[in-house]
Amino acid sequence: MKPAGLIAEDISWAPRKNLPKLLHPVSFEVKPGQVLGVVGPNGAGKSTLLRMIYRYQAPTSGRVLVGGEDIWAGPPRAAARKVAAVLQEQPGAFGLSVREVVTLGRTPHRLGYSTPGAADAEIVNNALDRMELRHIEFRDLGNLSGGERQRVMVARALAQQPQLLVMDEPTNHLDIRHQLEILSLIQSLGLTIVVSLHDLNMAAEICDAVLMLQDGHCRGFGAPEDVLSEAQVSQTFRVNAWREVLSRSNTEHLSFHLPD
Amino acid sequence: MTETAVDITCNRKFRLTMFCGVILLLFSVSVAISVGAVSVPLHVVWGVLINKIAPDTALQTWSVGRESIVWEIRFPRALLASFVGAGLGIVGASLQAVTRNPLADPHLLGISSGGAFGAILALLHTGMFLGLLTVPLFAFLGALGATLLVLAVSRFASATSADRLILAGVAVSFIVMSLANILIFLGDPRATHIVVFWMLGGLGLAQWSQLLYPLSVLVICGAWLWVNAPNLNAMTIGDETATTLGIPVARFRLMIFVTGALITGVMVAFSGIIGFVGLMVPHIVRMLIGGDYMRVLPASALFGAIYLLWSDIIARTIMAPEDMPIGIVTGLIGGAFFVWLLRQRNT
Repeated sequence: MKPAGLIAEDISWAPRKNLPKLLHPVSFEVKPGQVLGVVGPNGAGKSTLLRMIYRYQAPTSGRVLVGGEDIWAGPPRAAARKVAAVLQEQPGAFGLSVREVVTLGRTPHRLGYSTPGAADAEIVNNALDRMELRHIEFRDLGNLSGGERQRVMVARALAQQPQLLVMDEPTNHLDIRHQLEILSLIQSLGLTIVVSLHDLNMAAEICDAVLMLQDGHCRGFGAPEDVLSEAQVSQTFRVNAWREVLSRSNTEHLSFHLPD
Repeated sequence: MTETAVDITCNRKFRLTMFCGVILLLFSVSVAISVGAVSVPLHVVWGVLINKIAPDTALQTWSVGRESIVWEIRFPRALLASFVGAGLGIVGASLQAVTRNPLADPHLLGISSGGAFGAILALLHTGMFLGLLTVPLFAFLGALGATLLVLAVSRFASATSADRLILAGVAVSFIVMSLANILIFLGDPRATHIVVFWMLGGLGLAQWSQLLYPLSVLVICGAWLWVNAPNLNAMTIGDETATTLGIPVARFRLMIFVTGALITGVMVAFSGIIGFVGLMVPHIVRMLIGGDYMRVLPASALFGAIYLLWSDIIARTIMAPEDMPIGIVTGLIGGAFFVWLLRQRNT
């Protein structure tokens, strides 16, 4: 798994040709192994942006380059070998075991209609070990807690051996402990990662760069301390944001207040 | 080491389930041939079957009449029950994956109604201008038409997501059923009793000469679905995730729907509408052997066959010597199962 760089060139999206754009042209670059956080209020276009990167919605204009190649130029399987995604979709109650779900990550690497072999089993084992899921690998996915299920989804993405990982709100619906676990995981993977986050303090902590969206427009791209400034955050999220220093850990922290 | 041990247990459980299933299937076929208005003892059933395969192996202690009941009437009927049950079982299982709804069923999605519409059109209005194949062909075209209508409606209503597809199916089912009722209303009232057969389902028309059609459709489509089992697994996670795994989701779903229409259409043509088989059987199978479609599909075929054999046995014995339409039996059992399922999901 060699992380690849991501370059977005003027990508934009509209539901149909003549309709107004939900996401206006935006360009950015993520270096191999870096973590890009995508932040913005609800309806800003975060999911739309991510969908173009994990090859679900074709950009109306522009190109998405992973490792220098346009992922929209080739077949979906070729893109699936490079880009994996951990999404908010909840799997249905179909009785698949943890191991079976993680094995799905091998799908784009299958030759024709072959079934997973010994090499695939080894990769699946590694993914399970890395996510500490080995002890529950034969449990039904439907009987797991939210945190465990999220780890299964990450393990499935790792089994895909991607060069780029896209995560849509990975901390949603998780309790604090599991949120922290997922975040430390993101930092430890050593992959190029694009992650959308609601919590700006988390974004500041784990991201190498931050892209801020509002109403389909890019409001800033760069280092977290530059993009997540008091003025920028206050304007984009329509709140009063204060950058404060926490007395105990001596770290900077954003606090938010409704304007009078 | 432990994980391979568990893996082997998992496989062993599947093999054991399938082995017991095959034994149960053979037993069920024997019982289905044995019971009815004229009861035929099991040893006679086996004697006749053995002699048909290898002549003069068993000593003939039975009358020619008994033999023709076993061979000409009940054996083809039992085989048709098995094929229809197996077909509806795998269609239900496959549709459940691509709609990500464990309650999907060819009946619920309007596919069966479309098939009945086609059959009624052929029976009451067009006549058998294509010979014996007219009804199966029309039933298939009707099922396919209803399927495409479901997909068109879901597109028109921008409801391509899996759960809203089910609602589109229910809507189409109502519309197609009304159209079928118009055909009945406009048709010759003396011929409507034939139509009642299609609406309520029954295996009484089974003949050796026609069994090849449901069998070949079952084998070919079943094999195609089975090689696509890994993709069906991926579809249960969600459309977007399946897309990121390289599966062309919209096209794959369309192919599964068309395959489902083909199987359902041909089965409906020979047996009428038999509901709830596709809903119930895969559920029970998943409880027994887990959710991997490599195992769910063959097991659904096997247990679908067994389930329909027993439904037919009940239909033939409960009001003997009258044949009760089998759709009534599967409807009653299926409805009760549905209620039980709702309760299970709450607890």
